[in-house]
Amino acid sequence: MIFEGAAWAIFLLPLASFVVISLFVRPFLNQYEKYSGYLTILAIGAAFVLSIWALGSVLGNEGEIGWEAHSWLAIGNLEISLGILMDPLTAILLIVVTSVSLAVQVYSQGYMRGDPSYSRYFAFMSLFTASMLGLVLARNIVQLYAFWELVGLSSYLLIGFWYNRPAAAAAAKKAFLVTRLGDVGFLLGILYLFFNKEAFLSQGLNPFEIADINLIAHGGEVAGVQIIALGSGVATWVAVGIFAGAVGKSAQFPLHVWLPDAMEGPTPVSALIHAATMVVAGVFLVARFFPLFESSTTAMNIVAVIGGFTAIFAATMGLVMNDIKRVLAYSTVSQLGYMMLALGVGAYEAAIFHLFNHAFFKALLFLGAGSVNHASGTFNMQYMGGLKRYMPRTYVTFLIAAVSISGIFPLAGFWSKDEILVGAWNHGGTIGQLVFWMALVAAFMTAFYIFRALFLTFHGEFRGGVDAENGSQSGGHGVHLAESPWVMVAPMMVLAVPAVVSGFLANPLNTAWGLGIVPTHWFSKLLGNVEFISVHPEPMNLVMAFGSTVVALAGIGLAYLMYYAHKVSPEKVAAAIRPAYNAAFCKYYFDDLYEDWITRRGFYKGVAQSTDWVDRNIIDRIGVGIGFLGRNVGQVIGMLENGQVQAYGAGMSIGILVILVVFSIWN
Amino acid sequence: MLSAIVFLPLAGAMVILLLLKDARQIRLFAAAVTVVELALAVAAFVIFRTEDYRRVGDMEMVEVYRDWIPALNIQYHLGVDGLSTPLVLLTALLGMCAVFASLHVQLRVKEYFMWLLVLQTAVTGVFVSLDLVLFFIFWELELLPMYFLISIWGSGRKEYSAMKFLIFTLLGSAFMLVGILALYFSVGTFNIVELQNIEGAQLILPAGTVFALLFAAFAVKLPVWPVHTWLPDAHTDAPTAVSVMLAGVLLKMGGYGMIRMAVGMFPGRAQEYAWVLAVLAVISVLYGAVVTVRQTDLKRLIAFSSISHMGYVLLGIASVVGVGGAVSSVGLTGAAMQMFTHGTITGLLFLLVGLVYDKAHTRHIPDMGGLAARMPIIAVGFLIAGLASLGLPGTSGFVSELLVFLGTFEVWSWITALAVFAIVITAGYILWMVQRVFFGPLLPRFASLGDTTVVEAVPMALLVIAIMVVGVYPAIVSDVFKQGLEPIIQSLQQVGGP
Repeated sequence: MIFEGAAWAIFLLPLASFVVISLFVRPFLNQYEKYSGYLTILAIGAAFVLSIWALGSVLGNEGEIGWEAHSWLAIGNLEISLGILMDPLTAILLIVVTSVSLAVQVYSQGYMRGDPSYSRYFAFMSLFTASMLGLVLARNIVQLYAFWELVGLSSYLLIGFWYNRPAAAAAAKKAFLVTRLGDVGFLLGILYLFFNKEAFLSQGLNPFEIADINLIAHGGEVAGVQIIALGSGVATWVAVGIFAGAVGKSAQFPLHVWLPDAMEGPTPVSALIHAATMVVAGVFLVARFFPLFESSTTAMNIVAVIGGFTAIFAATMGLVMNDIKRVLAYSTVSQLGYMMLALGVGAYEAAIFHLFNHAFFKALLFLGAGSVNHASGTFNMQYMGGLKRYMPRTYVTFLIAAVSISGIFPLAGFWSKDEILVGAWNHGGTIGQLVFWMALVAAFMTAFYIFRALFLTFHGEFRGGVDAENGSQSGGHGVHLAESPWVMVAPMMVLAVPAVVSGFLANPLNTAWGLGIVPTHWFSKLLGNVEFISVHPEPMNLVMAFGSTVVALAGIGLAYLMYYAHKVSPEKVAAAIRPAYNAAFCKYYFDDLYEDWITRRGFYKGVAQSTDWVDRNIIDRIGVGIGFLGRNVGQVIGMLENGQVQAYGAGMSIGILVILVVFSIWN
Repeated sequence: MLSAIVFLPLAGAMVILLLLKDARQIRLFAAAVTVVELALAVAAFVIFRTEDYRRVGDMEMVEVYRDWIPALNIQYHLGVDGLSTPLVLLTALLGMCAVFASLHVQLRVKEYFMWLLVLQTAVTGVFVSLDLVLFFIFWELELLPMYFLISIWGSGRKEYSAMKFLIFTLLGSAFMLVGILALYFSVGTFNIVELQNIEGAQLILPAGTVFALLFAAFAVKLPVWPVHTWLPDAHTDAPTAVSVMLAGVLLKMGGYGMIRMAVGMFPGRAQEYAWVLAVLAVISVLYGAVVTVRQTDLKRLIAFSSISHMGYVLLGIASVVGVGGAVSSVGLTGAAMQMFTHGTITGLLFLLVGLVYDKAHTRHIPDMGGLAARMPIIAVGFLIAGLASLGLPGTSGFVSELLVFLGTFEVWSWITALAVFAIVITAGYILWMVQRVFFGPLLPRFASLGDTTVVEAVPMALLVIAIMVVGVYPAIVSDVFKQGLEPIIQSLQQVGGP
């Protein structure tokens, strides 16, 4: 069984890689910069191996491994402590983060070759991975919040990696600020927990310990002790606060606006952000506090509706984008909405399972987009086409991922998407019905937009790449139509394996489906060992499976007709629904609303400018007015003494004198 | 030991004034003095941290000469507790940074370093004085060097700003003096320790009035809205080192006085007026942050951000009213921590702005851009300081903000919830500043700028280390503060209890 030091090492190894690269390699040994990449791969590879060990131990232990907390900061009569919470949820996330990050780091060796800031890139990537691992391992809500913010910092640094590009610097800032707005809610949730600390303290619990929060939210008799649950009002407010943080990080409506811009960073960074770090942190957060959410119907309904709406809302924008990375970005937002809605209807296991599967095929899609960019020099699909011929391996892996995300039997995406649909259906009620239909429509759109991207990118004739986009003077890579180097292709081929088979981990049927290796409902049983969570594996619903497959095939079929067979003209379809098309194409004007109207006009020119005016023309004038009154008095006295310093001394003595006189009269 | 710590810089100043002539000698000597001073302060902190701090309620390292002015019962009385020890360390640290940041000063070198050292003695004296008259003398002594340093070595409207600084502070001092005299004529002592929690005593003025006088005096210094307007002007026109000292330690005199005098002496009045403090605090926090957003001068921007950040100190102090008679130490500890961390963070920001200005010859943000390409070390330092300023975990800024929020939320929930939104505005102006100054394409006119020299990097590295160490292991400082605040918490419990 894994020991605590090894568990800490999972987080500390990538952190050490960051420290070594930024303090030694980058400043002093920059001519050996290729070792930065090796060091990062080594550290994350070791973390991956340790994560497998951790998963094995959690499996062997059939649940949480308990370790002591370490005291960090005493506040009042309470302790905020640090430590590791190693339960099945943590173990699964560790595998996701380290494996995807490892694949991305290997790929980056090729993608970032020749970048002048090669070392800095790998330093930031190490920090990013370390922060996410720290977040996943945290046992204390303050500790979790700390790493939550560090994940935000890392993505800020990586989105703005090419900081000399104004668009990158702006996108980085936007990502940080939008997610921070959500973090206000998270922080207020923590404050409100502390506000109710008596409910914890009186039962010997600590309001900062995640296990204690879930315990008290769960309530009832636990291990022979009757626990008085939090009032539902308290639970609701804390859960809503925490969810606000998750909405920011997981780019859920209405804080979804940062993620599509976040692609200003290098493409492997996008792969990491969209698949295994940053955005899944929000889903993880809700899952981490799931007993708390479950104790409040209101909170659960909010999660479900926001998730369901985001799933469909983001998908509509994915339908019309021309930039392949933007299509994938909206796809991520939509898929995260899927996970959230699953959590909201209580399908805990389905949500984590989808997170798990999604990580592999979404990372693969982004790495594919990077590979395509390597050849064509552009991300604009209008200037791609026909790349299948030149990059067959990229094409095949992209195709696998596309089929998987579309939810076609028997690839990974099918299993988890199906579980989510079943979960929503079985949840019933208005909310269950509503989000079920939202999810089903989103499934159709997903299949359509991803195959639209596939056909536009890989099929038909090549449309000139970056040269055509920029006219004759092409900057950057230029076009060289060829398969990417093996260092990039190999990680994609490795990721294609889980994109096909990771769905079998749930194995809803029988041992035959698990090939004798994976027991029936393996994933559910594993997650069933998380404290205070009851997982009911959904039995396979053949009608649902068949229905959702038909829906996905319909989406693919429509994309085929429009972008492969050209039987239906995309222009005519767009013209027929012009207002809706324009709205989706302009991202429903949310960027204009937030950036132009609220931030620029409302805040900067409105509130801030008028406050600044008040400060200058009213507050300062009053202060200076009173001051000058004083100075004139001082100057009168100063003239007697010939100089300001003496005036000051005189003022002081006269003042004392006056006061003494006043007091003697008074007494 | 305390006398040595207080008067070493003054002695250094005298040596510079009387014995040294060569500019290079003066610089080296001043630097050496501050290094020794820092060593002494570290030693005092370590001694306190390892041995003394278990004895709650006592002053340590006390030095007292009772018969200084026996007729008026004025004593030479120094001592430290958990509240003052970290502030002494902070003063020594920033004092050293200030001198190191001034090594290139060419104008009237002798006077410059003399005043800088005098300033350090004055501020240190404020933190260790246990006699109100001594306290007041040090408090006023600080004005002289500040006035000269700004008006001679400053820039822009330096005379105006120096005078404005002087007038505002003197106005505050007048209030304080009345308060001090009222205390003396009622109780007959200037001893700060004896004057703690004198709620019950018969005063010649109503206790609420004396509390208000003391509070007003320290509010000007902190500064609190609406008496903050001297700060941006003083900062903008002061030389770098003076900005470092002003933001780093001078503002903390206000917070220290508020906790030690206003709250410590009148815990009951503090509880009665805590709502006023809370309202003023949230206005300072939000108003400061909002006005900061509009600033285009680097120094002015950081100056306004200080108003917002010192608002957190006041917010933490406003938690003294407690809930249902139970007063927790979290908010006050947070206030004290915020003073310490703001000192290091804003000190570092001003230091780096000074470096940028020396090289780029502008502080006007719209004229800048892409500097990270030419000065990567400064950019990294600035980013670290900026992130600490916006309260990023792993830096000290996070810890103090968290403590203030935790401590005050349970008392003033809605007000604190409002103040929490400032973390978004703070992130906005900090990241905007970093983006505009350091990111984007490098402007051609900055193409030949250089990065830091080793000497310039020393104070920067020290402050970065201080920010990170306290951020990762805050108990190193917060435990000391917590201990020092214990007697005040006890008296608050006493008067607030049922």
